[in-house]
Amino acid sequence: MSKLALKVTEIEALSPLVKRFRFEDPAGAPLPVFSGGAHITVEMPDGDTIRRNSYSLISDPHDGSGYEIAVRREDRGRGGSRYMHTRVNEGDAITVSSPANLFQLDLRARKHVLIAGGIGITPFLSQLRQLGIAQKPYELHYAARSRDEAAGLRLLPDAAHIHVHISDEGARMDLGAILDGQPLGTHVYTCGPEGLISAVADQAARLGWPKTAVHSEAFTAPPPGEPFEVVVKSSGRTVQVKADQSLLEALEAAQVEIDYSCRGGACGRCRTHVIACDGRILHNDHWLSEAERAEQKTIMPCMSRFKGARLELDL
Amino acid sequence: MTMQFNDETFRGDYTFRNSAAAIRRFPFPFDRDGYMYSVNIEQHPGGPAGSPFEFAFDVDEHYVAEMKDREITLADDPMRCQSLPHMELAGWDLLELIMVSKARDYPELFKLNRDGNAWHWINRPLGIDKTFTFLDPTTLPCGPMEYITRQAQGDFALLHEREGNLWLDAGMVTSQADWSLDFDVGMNFFEWHAPVPKARKMGVFDKALKFLLAVTQEQSYRRLNWTMTVNPRLDTSPENYHKWGPEKRSITPANVGAKQFLRVELQTFWRLPRSNALAFPIRCYLCNLEDIATQPKWGRRLHRVLRDIDPDLAEYKGFAVNHEVIVDYLAQFDDGAETSPGIFPD
Repeated sequence: MSKLALKVTEIEALSPLVKRFRFEDPAGAPLPVFSGGAHITVEMPDGDTIRRNSYSLISDPHDGSGYEIAVRREDRGRGGSRYMHTRVNEGDAITVSSPANLFQLDLRARKHVLIAGGIGITPFLSQLRQLGIAQKPYELHYAARSRDEAAGLRLLPDAAHIHVHISDEGARMDLGAILDGQPLGTHVYTCGPEGLISAVADQAARLGWPKTAVHSEAFTAPPPGEPFEVVVKSSGRTVQVKADQSLLEALEAAQVEIDYSCRGGACGRCRTHVIACDGRILHNDHWLSEAERAEQKTIMPCMSRFKGARLELDL
Repeated sequence: MTMQFNDETFRGDYTFRNSAAAIRRFPFPFDRDGYMYSVNIEQHPGGPAGSPFEFAFDVDEHYVAEMKDREITLADDPMRCQSLPHMELAGWDLLELIMVSKARDYPELFKLNRDGNAWHWINRPLGIDKTFTFLDPTTLPCGPMEYITRQAQGDFALLHEREGNLWLDAGMVTSQADWSLDFDVGMNFFEWHAPVPKARKMGVFDKALKFLLAVTQEQSYRRLNWTMTVNPRLDTSPENYHKWGPEKRSITPANVGAKQFLRVELQTFWRLPRSNALAFPIRCYLCNLEDIATQPKWGRRLHRVLRDIDPDLAEYKGFAVNHEVIVDYLAQFDDGAETSPGIFPD
């Protein structure tokens, strides 16, 4: 994976819980442009662990002068977002991956309907710039509990096709009304809590939308959990996974070679074969099918954890 | 470096020829004395100076003649270049990738000046001097993919990613090893590879697709593929099979060294930044058996590879009819000596 050594040039509080970060090349060289919905993985060195979280790019995809992300502080997470909020300052050096995209627009669509819940607004901020440049018809629906929590408001243009639904103000998002009557060839994209993603999928199915026109961004940061240990087959070593570490991070800290990309259970790159499993794999990814989960023969170390006596991995 | 471009043809009188330097840099595809499918992928660009792997898009002595041949093929059959409507952005990505790469790697031949979206492109070998607005198709005489691939050797496929698969939704295909863009356009990865024998069962395509989907925009890759062609013909298309198919029957023990060509494809894979599409350039290199045999290692090795090849592969690659004549001819260059590892000549 190619990496970019950048500098933090701006930090701005968008809401009490969300900060915007801007990264630029230290010498001012242009960064690779990207496509709407792309993300970068940010490295956060913390003691003996390098924590890596992926964040959607929110800046103009055709503007290589810098990359911007928005990070919501999750106090019950592994500590990645807390690190970004408390340890990163303007002027700091920061290492990020080059952009990759697991949530691209389907440019075949006659119209795009973008539905965001909370911090799920982030991938759409770059997508709507792409749609604007291409002059494609779209509408954006952004739902948040309160105006105070709606960090994206300040980054959205004031336009007729941008709809903000604030539930505290009684303006709840009506998915039936949004999806019903859209022209043939419309694609819908959802990013936000699981509940919103499945509600949109259900509503679209009820209205007879083709499955291939319904997209969602499912990946999230890995959840913390109870500590556990795994055995690595090639070396026979036992690796301890701390409560605030993902299995992938623990394997990396132990110098076990393993491939990855999204670090959010969506891309499939870190998929690992399980040799022995005496216990239960806590699957938190969006990659394995129900049948594969039940078999307990594969695990996605970026997201998933383990509870039981022994887990041996084919690494 | 001043490059001389050959005045030569790839049809009719077939005046195509390789200079001694072109033979030495031919991308001989066999790194050992045998052949079976593998996902033989390396990072690209990168390789010895002067090799076809050194730069992103290799320009060689055949450049001008190949572009003339493309023009003839397109005039006869415009469907060799197709781009479904959602692929225009990928076309701009490809145009940028090729112009930037060529201007950087061959500054005596190509020049690109960019001021925002106002671009000025100079292609000296083809005598082109063009100003246009990037991302504005009305400022080019044709679509961006067609515009740039009329100035770049090799075929080009642009693949759209969706539903965990890749779809062949645009391409410029005039120097192909017997496949048809017009037939394959809109197909997914498994559909357009359906005719390849054995490979699906071996799981090659599942692995290859997984690999391709994981290609990122900052790291590109290459692999070599090969087949055999009678006469130095770029357009060995199904559409024109009636023109080149019968030529396979013209091979004799006396002319096989001059008329039988090893056809090598340098395939590269690029993730395009704005569209997130994949570009799949397929560059064709031709070298006849007598020229290959001027490199003793290649003569020995090619004999062993073709002598021992799986008959199904000889059939699929279309040279089964001349297999025996080819192997008999190459036997004279194989003294049984060991060959060194790798593809480069000794």
